[in-house]
Amino acid sequence: MNKIEIILNKCTGCGLCIKACPYGAITLVNSPHTIESGRTVKQLAVIDLSKCTYCGACVEPCRYKAISLQKEVILITEDLKEYKNVWVYAEQRRGEISPVVFELIAKAKELAEKLSCKVCSVLLGYNIRNLATELIYYGSDIVYVIDDPVLQEFLDEPYAEVFSWLIREEKPEIVLIGATNIGRSFASRVAAKICTGLTADCTGLDIEPHTRNLLQTRPAFGGNVMATILTARHRPQMATVRHKVFKPLKKDTSRNGEIIERKFDFSKVKIRTKFLEFIKDTTAKVNLSEADIIVSGGRGLGGPEGFKLLEELADLLGGAVGASRAAVDAGWIPYSHQVGQTGRTVAPKLYIACGISGQIQHLVGMSSSEIIVAINKDPEAPMMKIATYSIEGDLYEIVPELIKSLKEAKNIQQL
Amino acid sequence: MHFVVCVKQVPATTSVQIDPKTGTLKREGVESIINPFDEYAIEEAIRLKERVGGKVTVITMGPPQAESVLREALSRGCDDAVLLTDRAFAGADTLATSYTLAKAIQMLPDPVDLIICGKQASDGDTAQVGPGIAERLDIPHVCYVRKIVEIKENYIKVERMLEDGVDVLEMSLPALITVVKEINTPRLPTLKGMIAAKKKQILRWSKESINAEEDKIGLTGSPTQVVKIFYPPARQGGERITGNDAKEIARKLLEKLHSCGIV
Repeated sequence: MNKIEIILNKCTGCGLCIKACPYGAITLVNSPHTIESGRTVKQLAVIDLSKCTYCGACVEPCRYKAISLQKEVILITEDLKEYKNVWVYAEQRRGEISPVVFELIAKAKELAEKLSCKVCSVLLGYNIRNLATELIYYGSDIVYVIDDPVLQEFLDEPYAEVFSWLIREEKPEIVLIGATNIGRSFASRVAAKICTGLTADCTGLDIEPHTRNLLQTRPAFGGNVMATILTARHRPQMATVRHKVFKPLKKDTSRNGEIIERKFDFSKVKIRTKFLEFIKDTTAKVNLSEADIIVSGGRGLGGPEGFKLLEELADLLGGAVGASRAAVDAGWIPYSHQVGQTGRTVAPKLYIACGISGQIQHLVGMSSSEIIVAINKDPEAPMMKIATYSIEGDLYEIVPELIKSLKEAKNIQQL
Repeated sequence: MHFVVCVKQVPATTSVQIDPKTGTLKREGVESIINPFDEYAIEEAIRLKERVGGKVTVITMGPPQAESVLREALSRGCDDAVLLTDRAFAGADTLATSYTLAKAIQMLPDPVDLIICGKQASDGDTAQVGPGIAERLDIPHVCYVRKIVEIKENYIKVERMLEDGVDVLEMSLPALITVVKEINTPRLPTLKGMIAAKKKQILRWSKESINAEEDKIGLTGSPTQVVKIFYPPARQGGERITGNDAKEIARKLLEKLHSCGIV
């Protein structure tokens, strides 16, 4: 068991630990007591164990070494050692592999090198056999394929059932899944089915050298805090991983790998969900989550017509159009474009924020973008303070000039 | 029909601020609120009740203080409320949480037709508990529902929001859905509702009340453990681009972007 304690004769009641605790589990109470130096202090820190997760964030900030934390030492048992190889779920829809898959294969390869094991991709669907070689070209050593009409459209039940079965059969050590809507939905079901840990939306993955444990790092509390998470006693260690965090390897058609086709008997699987149709979002030419460039608009646009302008700029740049919650709530653009905590998390190479002040809820959805450009009339707006390049001014003057210059540059190229 | 909504009490992120000196979260005075995504789940359940009749039970797991989110749900029109509170539930990850909630749902006296959850909680952002409950209860689920097209006895038709469009799906009931913001606009509690909510009894269930297995709840039942928490360095601001007119500013910006190899 984990154990955490405040050491009475060391705690001065200074309250530093309260600030450090991300869970709000520490409070100060009036409790006069004498500390080592002989001084009597009035207050004492108290940990609410119903909120404490034993994360240890409070231990270091305490200047008086008044918090003792003993963590349970977990030893890998023999049966965990049976598990090997790093798996990537090769999400595909309508015969197209999600780009995050190639990013995950690259990361899996790095992890597999540290573990001296193989990278395996799992391809589920119908009439998708031809995609397997692509997964090898991008770095997979083995591709498991299950090709079955039942898997024609993505449905949580059959997909979770067949994936869990394959995990039980093959015993991978690590399973990585893209943190797409589909990935996050069915990975949760798989983890519950096989009773293992699943860490959501990771942005960092590494191997702890001695234990072979996967160090899974992810943002928490809306991106204000990063947490590193272990699945020490269970295998496989499962994680969903954000888009655009890792770089895919170069496609190499000389790479060799093994394609293993497996058959699964779906006759006993309960499938109580039925796919009826897919309605494509026609307002989005470029998938927001996958876009390298996003031109985004907020309240400062003043109305829906502003998005026409942003769309023109996005088209010229080959990017997608995003929006702040304010613009979506005003009804200027559909919700599918919303970036931020209640919308999507994006990390493009370039994010151009036009008339977006930069509320914390918006920032957590885009602050890991490589380059941020802010165009705003208010020089004090939070977005202007975090932007790589900030422009104080009217977006209705700046954006048309950007469009003009880009068009001119294009014309020159065409000549 | 019997609708069940699972909710969570979370810190109000709107008031979460970073202390610029220490780079840590300012937690003092941060109030606890109902997870914003759960408001859509509560609203949808109440709308369904208004549409087809029945009742709404709201469930949460948390410390005794979490009762306040149940009161709020009751004041918006939920009928019954269950608070799962036990020292042994503390430290639960998503697997242990979904087990605990599933056990509680099984203990409800009336059979359940539809369970509704918010798409994720604003503090953890995992979106894993909903599907986990469905798996534990062996019922189908659909995440990211933006519209309930139709609901009948033993049948529901929904629209699932994906990155590139919408899937239209049908499921047999009982089932579980998680809902996105687009599904509705939550109503505010009425004064009458608030008064009625105060009088309502909230069931308090411990691990014994739901026959939970000790090794599947709380920290013990959680395969994942937080081993380190750290504060990412705050993003530093960069360069202000100025010029005599918009044209010059636009040119300067494009030059910068060009030199980064982007445009």
